[in-house]
Amino acid sequence: MKALSAIYTIWYRNVLKYFRMRSRIIGSLGMPFFFLVIIGFGLNSTISIPGMQVDYVEFIAPGIIAMSILFSSMFSGVQLVIDKQVGFLKETLVAPVSRLHLMIGQALGGATTALMQGILVLIISLFIGVNLPGISGILIALLFMFLIGLAFTSVGIAFASRMEDTHGFQLIVNFVLFPVFFLSGALFPLDRIPDWLSFLTYIDPLTYGVEGIRYGMLGVSQIAPMLSFTALGGFLIAMLLLGSLLFNKIKI
Amino acid sequence: MQKDLKQQDLNMELIKVQQLVKKFDELVAVDDVSFSIGQGEVFGFLGPNGAGKTTTLSILSTLLKPTSGKAYVNGYDVENQKSQVRKSIGVVFQDPTLDEELTARENMDIHGRLYGMRNRREKIDELLKLVELENRKNQLVKQFSGGMKRRLEIARGLLHEPQILFLDEPTLGLDPQTRNHLWDYIRELNRRKGVTIILTTHYMDEAEKLSDRVAIIDHGKIIAMDTPKALKEQLGGSLIRIESPQSNKIYEKLDGLTWLNTKNPHNGYVDVTLKNAEQRVAEVIKLLNDVPIESVSLQIPTLEDVFLSYTGKTIREQEATAKDRIRQRQKASRR
Repeated sequence: MKALSAIYTIWYRNVLKYFRMRSRIIGSLGMPFFFLVIIGFGLNSTISIPGMQVDYVEFIAPGIIAMSILFSSMFSGVQLVIDKQVGFLKETLVAPVSRLHLMIGQALGGATTALMQGILVLIISLFIGVNLPGISGILIALLFMFLIGLAFTSVGIAFASRMEDTHGFQLIVNFVLFPVFFLSGALFPLDRIPDWLSFLTYIDPLTYGVEGIRYGMLGVSQIAPMLSFTALGGFLIAMLLLGSLLFNKIKI
Repeated sequence: MQKDLKQQDLNMELIKVQQLVKKFDELVAVDDVSFSIGQGEVFGFLGPNGAGKTTTLSILSTLLKPTSGKAYVNGYDVENQKSQVRKSIGVVFQDPTLDEELTARENMDIHGRLYGMRNRREKIDELLKLVELENRKNQLVKQFSGGMKRRLEIARGLLHEPQILFLDEPTLGLDPQTRNHLWDYIRELNRRKGVTIILTTHYMDEAEKLSDRVAIIDHGKIIAMDTPKALKEQLGGSLIRIESPQSNKIYEKLDGLTWLNTKNPHNGYVDVTLKNAEQRVAEVIKLLNDVPIESVSLQIPTLEDVFLSYTGKTIREQEATAKDRIRQRQKASRR
């Protein structure tokens, strides 16, 4: 009960701050929107996906949703760096609350805001030609979206635990984000690529998230949904452990 | 300022520190420190920056582990009973720890939630009123002045009704008027709510005005600990300087009296040292009724003089060397 209330408090603070920054919500929708519209429609007529009865726009929509969650969740770690700088972290560390609960609250808060960001992109995609999946499809997509958010928020917290300034944090995160996104199979099918590239896509945890969302939204995927779930879930647990470990080591 | 000391004696051990040592690599930040603090007391740590005041507070508030020694807060061990210790204390850190993107009320609310408080709303309103921020409770903290932020932090530190409040340099960087205002709040809190207050400061006047007892700390060691009055009296009392064309005559009249100590440097004045000089200056002058006097000046010793007498340096001089210690400390704690 006490643990829940601590986790809830930290979660609540993150969500409260998210809704307060409307410009940031709108701003971070820009990139996924242009990806969907320009790349999606630009390549729609030239690319057909072998073995799937879907347009290219429909094919990349889950990938772009995953991208917006990836970016939003990783960057949510910057809040921890800011909390260190402005001292708010001390206020939470001196409260009668365990660090594990603080970390879980922070991770759930970041995952929730990232999920909302993903839902907004999902809604945008419905307006540009993606068909609304059935209820079970939506739930499967949301589940994978949340798992991506929680896993990569934990990665963000792990980085943020070791960083002292926001610029450094952003540099490091950007360095990781782009390969993770481009290798994830968000933009291209997983077969008919060179072996070395195929290898990289299969070790990229985001691949399993994209495939999971794709299965939910389109009903077809290249990786079996249970395998995607297991791989992403395993990555999530590893990242939660890593994030907690590093958060626990923060010195003030 | 003097409170009923007998009452304090009943519970002298709300905080008990025994041979506390904290080392950062080679640097000894806290060096074999022992003291106890009683319920309802305002206890001041006075010393230059880098003397070990903040480190001591960090250990008492469970944020740092001592290298050796023991510390008990409200009867709980700071190393093994962190959660109970944290519930017993409110902490106002030296640097601000507010979320500036949230309002005053939201900052208070999050604090209340973290401490598992159920009926927060009334308590929050009451405390914001106490620090005169009730009209600004829905304003974002980033719009607040330095003094307002400090007041909000003090209110927040009291929200969960701790028995003990730690104030680390509570008026650092504030203008004189705001400082005076804050001192009033702190005294009021202590008097009305009975909160035991432990503050650190490198301002002499702050330590003197607020504290029932002062520990003078330098290079990690407590070098003197008593009431401000007693500390100053150890210096032998205040100095009365009497200027007169007939200083020899004055010297003759006063020399030999047991309750004062007279010096006659033959420079047209006589220096008289005695205890409680401010009350007894009239008595001294009365003895000299037929001698012409040009001027009388009274020099009451300050804690600065006490610090000087123990360390041979003023606090300001000591701070120049202490800056190196802080740098070393920061380097050490980064590792």
